[in-house]
Amino acid sequence: MTTNEIENPLIKYLLHLADNALIIGHRNSEWCGHGPALEQDIALTNIALDQVGQARNFYQYAASLISDLNGEIITEDSLAYLRDSWDFKNCLLAELPNGDWAQTILKQFIVSVYQYYLYQALAQHENEKLAGIAAKSLKELSYHLRWSSDWVLRLGDGTQESKKRMQDAIAILWSYTKEWTDYVDYELNILGESIIAIQKNCEEKITAVFEEAGLTIPQDIWMHKGGKIGKHTEHLGYILSEMQFLQRAYPNVEW
Amino acid sequence: METSLEEQFQQKIDQEIKIEPKDWMPEKYRQTLIRQISQHAHSEVVGMLPEGNWITRAPSLRRKAILLAKIQDEAGHGLYLYSAAETLGISRDEMYHQLHAGNAKYSSIFNYPTLTWADMGAIGWLVDGAAIMNQVPLCRTSFGPYARAMVRVCKEESFHQRQGFESLWVLSKGTDEQKRMCQDAINRWWWPCLMMFGPPDDESHNTIQSMQWKIKRFSNDELRQKFVDMIAEQIKILSMKLPDPDLKWNEEKKHYDYGKINWEEFWQVLKGNGPCNKERLDTRKKAWDDGAWVRDAATAYAVKKSNNQLNNSNSVYANLH
Ligand SMILES: [Fe+2]
Ligand SMILES: [Fe+2]
Ligand SMILES: [Fe+2]
Repeated sequence: MTTNEIENPLIKYLLHLADNALIIGHRNSEWCGHGPALEQDIALTNIALDQVGQARNFYQYAASLISDLNGEIITEDSLAYLRDSWDFKNCLLAELPNGDWAQTILKQFIVSVYQYYLYQALAQHENEKLAGIAAKSLKELSYHLRWSSDWVLRLGDGTQESKKRMQDAIAILWSYTKEWTDYVDYELNILGESIIAIQKNCEEKITAVFEEAGLTIPQDIWMHKGGKIGKHTEHLGYILSEMQFLQRAYPNVEW
Repeated sequence: METSLEEQFQQKIDQEIKIEPKDWMPEKYRQTLIRQISQHAHSEVVGMLPEGNWITRAPSLRRKAILLAKIQDEAGHGLYLYSAAETLGISRDEMYHQLHAGNAKYSSIFNYPTLTWADMGAIGWLVDGAAIMNQVPLCRTSFGPYARAMVRVCKEESFHQRQGFESLWVLSKGTDEQKRMCQDAINRWWWPCLMMFGPPDDESHNTIQSMQWKIKRFSNDELRQKFVDMIAEQIKILSMKLPDPDLKWNEEKKHYDYGKINWEEFWQVLKGNGPCNKERLDTRKKAWDDGAWVRDAATAYAVKKSNNQLNNSNSVYANLH
């Protein structure tokens, strides 16, 4: 299936939120069984589980809207498993490979900051269903944000090696951070004025944590974008071919 | 009349009084428990790998969430068990070193590969099922911390078993390909699961002492028989077959008879020659080695913080969950 011809901004926006959650959840789930300490393995798996859960809520809502629109039966699974990469609307940062623990932590911190303040705003949205999902996720997000901030501090202010690895992670990933607040039409349509406060909260939080961790934010560098309108890195195709394998190999069956 | 410490200890055991970490215990009891509990903890953690293999390929979002939660539970079991072993005076790091050096074992079942999605169901139903058989009696084992850890673990394991069965049930009602997948997984997991109960009683050297100390309450063969009896009934609901032509209800014994287990395979896997031994251990070692700088950073940070605020809760082992 393709959802590219759908013009409804709410549906596009829901897919964007769901895709972000699913793809970063997928990456985090790759750590399961491989973490640096058992407690942290559990913590990151727990975060991945929350993210898959959030993705499901948004997909289910989107699926019900698309089904109403098209008359065909669309499910959370058809949205996750039967779209190709040009249909996915997640930010590029979410799909980048995990790298080492420092890169994973940085990715998760950035994602948590943007999701936390975004969901905080969405929890007040006039669309009650959207607000409900956001409010429900907010508790999880505050844990993700605390956990990932704690780790940014530990690594930034831990050993020389951890500081260097953290600064390397910033060098690799920073050009993928601006996309989160580089809003496209469907986001503006849903978020309206609230983007100003979201952007401000996010920047303040990142600056504060980086300052405490003794980490430097690069200035004036090129910023990548495109994920929100379906222009992805090469990595997403591999994620999808792995994730969608069974649904593609054995179509139309129940699992 | 004076009784020796050893006699007092055995009297407590005979009266079903739990042994607690600070109580006097024979050194051999302590060592037996350390070996058994750490082996069990390692099994939980290594056991995350064969199932973790399918997280990114789970065929639906619901199945993905169930699988993630299940593996997270197994990690939690590892945690409780390492903590229980630590009460006997060994650190978690030491236990890891024993595992990585090849001096501590984990359940051989996890040295078999997960080749299709049906293996997730088969592991839940059969592997967790066999684990429950072994572990339910351990809820009454004589060492208090181990028994209490087992109570929590067993609750979750029986949940896993039902989920695994349900997952196979869906396959068994599905397309021909799904049915074949289901049967194939059962074929591959059945015999290794029977081996999970350990060698036959007449070859099992630890059993007698462990029974006397009530670390163990049933012999390997007794538990294996209970498992066969349970699964031989449950498989009827799936309309699948166990890969054993000799499996037959024995009216006289009121048990199922089953065929000969290939003990040569069991000993080979135990020696390190199973299909995935090397891979599993290498994966664990790599995770540990790659994580060294992370643990160092967390420790350094915790030290700095505790120097600042006399607060030592910020270590990498803090339960941030
Ligand atoms: Fe377990
Ligand atoms: Fe277990
Ligand atoms: Fe389990």
